Amino acid sequence: MKRKITYTFIYIILTIAAFISVFPFYWMIVGSTNKSVDVNKGKLTFGTHFLTNFKNLVNNYNLGEVLWNSIQVSFFVVVFSLIVSSMAGYGFEMYKSKGRNYVYGAVLLTMMIPFAALMVPVFKLMSFFNLIDSLWGVILPMIPSVFLIFFFRQNFQQYPKEIIMAARVDGASELRIFFSIVMPSMKATYAAGAIYAFLTSWNAYLQPLVIIQTQKNRTMSLFIANLASGYQPDFGLVMTAVVIATLPTLILFFALQKHFVQGILGSVKQ
Amino acid sequence: MANGFEKSRNKWGWVFISLSIIFIGLFIFYPLIYSLYLSFFSTKGAMKNFVGFGNYKRLFQDNYFILSVKNILVILVIQVPIMLFLALIFAFLLNDPKLKFKGVFRTALFLPAVSSLIAYSVVFKMMFSSEGLINNMLMKMHIIKEPIRWLLDPFWSKVTLIIAMTWRWTGYNMMLYLAGLQNIPQEIYEAAEIDGAGKVAQFFKITIPLLKPIILFTTILSTIGTLQLFDEPMMLAAGVTTGSSVGPGNSLLTPSVYIYNVSFKYVPNFGYASAISYMIVIISVILSLIQFKVAGEEK
Repeated sequence: MKRKITYTFIYIILTIAAFISVFPFYWMIVGSTNKSVDVNKGKLTFGTHFLTNFKNLVNNYNLGEVLWNSIQVSFFVVVFSLIVSSMAGYGFEMYKSKGRNYVYGAVLLTMMIPFAALMVPVFKLMSFFNLIDSLWGVILPMIPSVFLIFFFRQNFQQYPKEIIMAARVDGASELRIFFSIVMPSMKATYAAGAIYAFLTSWNAYLQPLVIIQTQKNRTMSLFIANLASGYQPDFGLVMTAVVIATLPTLILFFALQKHFVQGILGSVKQ
Repeated sequence: MANGFEKSRNKWGWVFISLSIIFIGLFIFYPLIYSLYLSFFSTKGAMKNFVGFGNYKRLFQDNYFILSVKNILVILVIQVPIMLFLALIFAFLLNDPKLKFKGVFRTALFLPAVSSLIAYSVVFKMMFSSEGLINNMLMKMHIIKEPIRWLLDPFWSKVTLIIAMTWRWTGYNMMLYLAGLQNIPQEIYEAAEIDGAGKVAQFFKITIPLLKPIILFTTILSTIGTLQLFDEPMMLAAGVTTGSSVGPGNSLLTPSVYIYNVSFKYVPNFGYASAISYMIVIISVILSLIQFKVAGEEK
């Protein structure tokens, strides 16, 4: 009897928590189908305004251009960041030496540094390379990811060393072993890493805020921030933009949930 | 002979890490050193004057800087414990093998961690507007008589920020705890149950002590994260107040926002901004060390 009460109580708590967690997503989607006034009043039911909002974004705010900028940034950050970080993780894990251990320690320590602290020098560096107001100015500084190096190193720990040994005996070069044997067999790890890199780059705000100066190079985060920051923003429009920005991440999450979670689990396993 | 082979092969380690060293060197180490150098200069536009520790001295008399640190400490002391405690409870409840719909609850609770910082801040800003959803609901349920001025009041704007951040990060931390709980054999809980220990006792006597290393890890992650807080206060404050105040009475001013404003919004003073940055790095290192120490002593 007592047990039954305990479990009823647990289900109630979890249901409330789940409701609170999901509700803002529901409200955001509802908001994208409503007029500004209704969103502001907190209307909870679907409206008929979605197409109007959407067309407004495409025609008057050049949504296509903004999305394309964000897609480019994320694509290049994911690709380069995975190659660079996984190579580093592999290098640190498979070839142990004292010198590299010190380097690894120094690299890990930089996780503590807020990007805001690097913002001014990165801005100056980018103006030196003539990359202010260019998407590459946003992409390049986002490629090094200490977290991903750490993440890949953790995952390479579980890679069977015998396979590498066997490949060496067969005369395969070290780079070849990595690119054509190790890399293809770690798909789950790369998927999780890709999701992490995508999330960071797709959602980045401060980085593009510092580098991007003109409308035509805006990314989704900058666009939403601008749209929502006016004195009297069109709330329906803002919600539609938010939904469009969130949709790719949600789809990715539900399609690759296992990898997604694995990415997080792998990073803390001792 | 094998040893010689080993050594020459070992050089490949440097080849593999070289690319990342170039990137990290260029975009993290170099900026770090350059910013230390800059912090000893006063820079106004193209002018650059050596001021020694002048910028650092100025920090201690700068009311905005002091306020930004205070703001962040309030959030740190209130938000992080609430969030981590909730995350622990949810992880504990979801770890029960007898629980049904586990996957559904887990997915639902983790969902906020998928949202972008800008997007969720904007959504929360709208929900908490004075004539908005939350006030309407609370008034319909007769919990409050008058609308709360969530974003227009120094106290309530911090509450809104804390609620929003807790929503965003509880599920994320819960996942980390769930991962840690997988290493604790279920038999321990079963044995405790046979001994008559209730859920509450199990939570405090088994889960918390055994998860200590991960609790420390999440505490440090959250501390660093809070010290870097930027997107949320920027969004919650945007358009709410006129002038340069970040939130009502600068209630949402954080060090990162202040660095940004000093660097790019006011007359740019990169030297002073660098000094603020260094101060924040020093504060994060000190706080992390304290947390290590406290966790170590309790063992």
